[in-house]
Amino acid sequence: MARITINGKTIEVADTATILQAAKLHKIPIPTLCHHPKLTPFGGCRLCIVEVKGMPKPVTSCTTTVGNGMEITTSSPYLQELRKTVLELILSDHPNDCMICEKAGDCTLQNLAYDYGIRENRFQGERRTYAKRDNNPFVERDLEKCILCGRCVKACDEIQGVEAIDFGYRGFNSKICTSYEQDLDCEFCGQCISVCPTGALTGKLWIRKGRKDHQEEVDTICTYCGTGCTITAHVKDNEILKITSKEQTMNEGWLCVKGRFGYRFVNSPERLTRPLIKRNGAFEEASWPEALDHVAKRLVEIKAGYGADAIGGLSSARCTNEENYAFQKLIRAGIGTNNVDHCARL
Amino acid sequence: MTNSIREIEGMEVIFIVGSNTKETHPVIANRMLKARRRGAKIIIADPRKIPMVKFCDIHLQIRPGSDIALLNSMAKVILAEGLQNDEFIGEKTEGFDAWKASIETFTPEYAEKITGVPADEIVKAARMYGSSRKAGVFYTMGITQHACGTDNVSALANLVSLTGNIGRESTGINPLRGQNNVQGASDAACLPNVYPGYQNVEDPAIRNKFEKAWGAPLSPKAGMMSTVMMNEAAAGKLKALYIMGENPIITDPNMHHTVKALENLEFLVVQDIFLTDTAKFADVVLPASCSFEKNGTFTNTERRVQRVRQAVNPPGEAREDLWIITEISKRLGLDMENSPEKIFTEYCRLWPAIAGISYARLEKRGLCWPCPAADHPGTPYLYKDGFPKGKVNFVPVSYQPPAEVCDREYPFVLTTGRNLFQYHSGSMTRRVEPIESHAGEPYVEINPFDSKNLGISSGDIIKVRSRRGEIAIKARITPRVSEGTVFIPMHYREAAANVLTIDALDPQVKIPELKVCAVALSTAGP
Repeated sequence: MARITINGKTIEVADTATILQAAKLHKIPIPTLCHHPKLTPFGGCRLCIVEVKGMPKPVTSCTTTVGNGMEITTSSPYLQELRKTVLELILSDHPNDCMICEKAGDCTLQNLAYDYGIRENRFQGERRTYAKRDNNPFVERDLEKCILCGRCVKACDEIQGVEAIDFGYRGFNSKICTSYEQDLDCEFCGQCISVCPTGALTGKLWIRKGRKDHQEEVDTICTYCGTGCTITAHVKDNEILKITSKEQTMNEGWLCVKGRFGYRFVNSPERLTRPLIKRNGAFEEASWPEALDHVAKRLVEIKAGYGADAIGGLSSARCTNEENYAFQKLIRAGIGTNNVDHCARL
Repeated sequence: MTNSIREIEGMEVIFIVGSNTKETHPVIANRMLKARRRGAKIIIADPRKIPMVKFCDIHLQIRPGSDIALLNSMAKVILAEGLQNDEFIGEKTEGFDAWKASIETFTPEYAEKITGVPADEIVKAARMYGSSRKAGVFYTMGITQHACGTDNVSALANLVSLTGNIGRESTGINPLRGQNNVQGASDAACLPNVYPGYQNVEDPAIRNKFEKAWGAPLSPKAGMMSTVMMNEAAAGKLKALYIMGENPIITDPNMHHTVKALENLEFLVVQDIFLTDTAKFADVVLPASCSFEKNGTFTNTERRVQRVRQAVNPPGEAREDLWIITEISKRLGLDMENSPEKIFTEYCRLWPAIAGISYARLEKRGLCWPCPAADHPGTPYLYKDGFPKGKVNFVPVSYQPPAEVCDREYPFVLTTGRNLFQYHSGSMTRRVEPIESHAGEPYVEINPFDSKNLGISSGDIIKVRSRRGEIAIKARITPRVSEGTVFIPMHYREAAANVLTIDALDPQVKIPELKVCAVALSTAGP
């Protein structure tokens, strides 16, 4: 353990902690842009700088490990001025089109500009312009909004192990690239979208579907494989607009292509919306009472004619525990046979 | 899984066998990568160079269906090198000596002949797994979908018992469940031989308990498994089938046989969200709801019961499956609770292992069973305090070739599975536009050596034929498969892999051998 003082308050933290982690633990705010708690520290954005007594220059708190006896200042007029300058420099090469940006209301850069009261910008100069559109079907990449924090690169490498993207070029021309700047062709897990602090990365499925403050959030479980990731459905007017996952979940906020993008079947025009009864080889729409009565009648007839064991039920691993419980109870106690199974073997 | 997903991070050795984890359980693969960053070693046994191979220390590229030879041989090496866990074997197992004698012939050299994996690679893998006391085994259908599926699992369990790699944190044996609630559907007893919580239907005392709880007489005889039901329907003995949310036409082996079975029924009810290929055969189709449209719980692969919450309303007159079931039940004279929470409470009352779980407790986060009391924190890993039957048995298993082996007429081994983008029969993912535009086309993976011999180029439409049927499908030339093996994903109805697959079943659990059959390839011609 190390004893350190932050803003005059003495605290004890593990000696492996960074200054940023120590401050977070004790709810002392330090602004960050490139930092992500599940990724290795980068120290790229320089917003998390703090002053440490005895060190000649401010240091990045995300990459500096605590030391016994350290005296740290996280906020001072000098630090605020430096941070504001950093933000102004970033914003001087940013479209600043928050009024139509998908990320507005949920954007770290926008929130920081608000916190630091930046409207006019002292720095005027060349802006990066990128006209090329990436034609992959999942991820919208708007490199003009990219602040080169590198979170997407780290998520792709450290979490997903795919390394589809990296920093390309140097200096002002730096950008996040695929190999040979081809269209993105990867696992499309969308982890990069989930860690992007600005509007540079968005899911193509939810562009112009509505921004954060118009949505209701419902926490539920993914409908695909058995991992059981916790997902958050963003809903408006009975439509799922997008799927995200929170960092505190069992799956640590990570999803796969199916979990993140595979929800649009819900609104498919091919959904069944009325009961169907086959008559003379063709399906005819029926009312619920008609369909249910017909099912019950036929099951009773077949049971009377051949015995309960001539009837079977196949349940679904896609349905809930409650539905599966009720289904087997229906087959066992309602019909009287143990002929019930599901797709566990398929 | 005997472990929880979080515990993967703490494993020293991860042995993946017959699981394409990066594509079928991508978020679990992420945990494995996290473990690897912390120094874990990864061993993979798989006939294909699956994406996870990029991250492994050893890849044992076995011939499909040769798992037992590999696993027995690894066990033999572990014994020969004295890496076994004598304390665990002595205290917690039975049948060691007889089993030890049974693997005598499985030298790495013998196993090399059967598996195609070089003997020294087998030795290396055995050393790596055998030297660790904090190792996890992971498997899926690559192990189980064989006529010898039960034996494959036994061979894995023997390896686990030999090293005592079970019953501790980050140490265990972990089948990864392929579907969101396959664990839950099994727990809730959509299985022909047990009541909820794996309570035997043929035990009179247990039957009596459920007869009282449900207020109805119950059959004393175990029922039929799904694959057997299809055979009985084809034979005209099963007359009616009620299918909720499944698509056996696409997912069952030997499609022509499944078609015959369903056509032969006097009455078929299908309850689904789409008019699937199976629903087309139905006499009545009932429009149901998907998981975004209802409340309830799912149980994931780590036995964690989690809350499913309604986000949107079902379309048109489609209804929650629970409502449909209880309405039919009512008409058959059996009144059931009709709210998910009340049903769940009834279920928890009848299965002690979940007696401590309630909707209120699940509000914040899920709980892993066993969770027998309201103040019990749940059980992330199993067998901490020993095994339910006291000791575990070593089960001697011998290698047997697959039900269908290659010959001159059908010289290639076909193995089937999923890819990253599509899911199972595709009824959901194939209706998601970006997924379909990216991965909407069926394909067969062929090794470059084989394609050259056959004069097939990437992108050619070729014919793949087995004794059961024939499909036309696009060739994808790739070293992912080894020579002599081809792979077809199961998702695509227009070139359905299950037209070709064999309906040979494991004699004990009746799982079909979807992972091995013999096929012939030919250019499509006129």
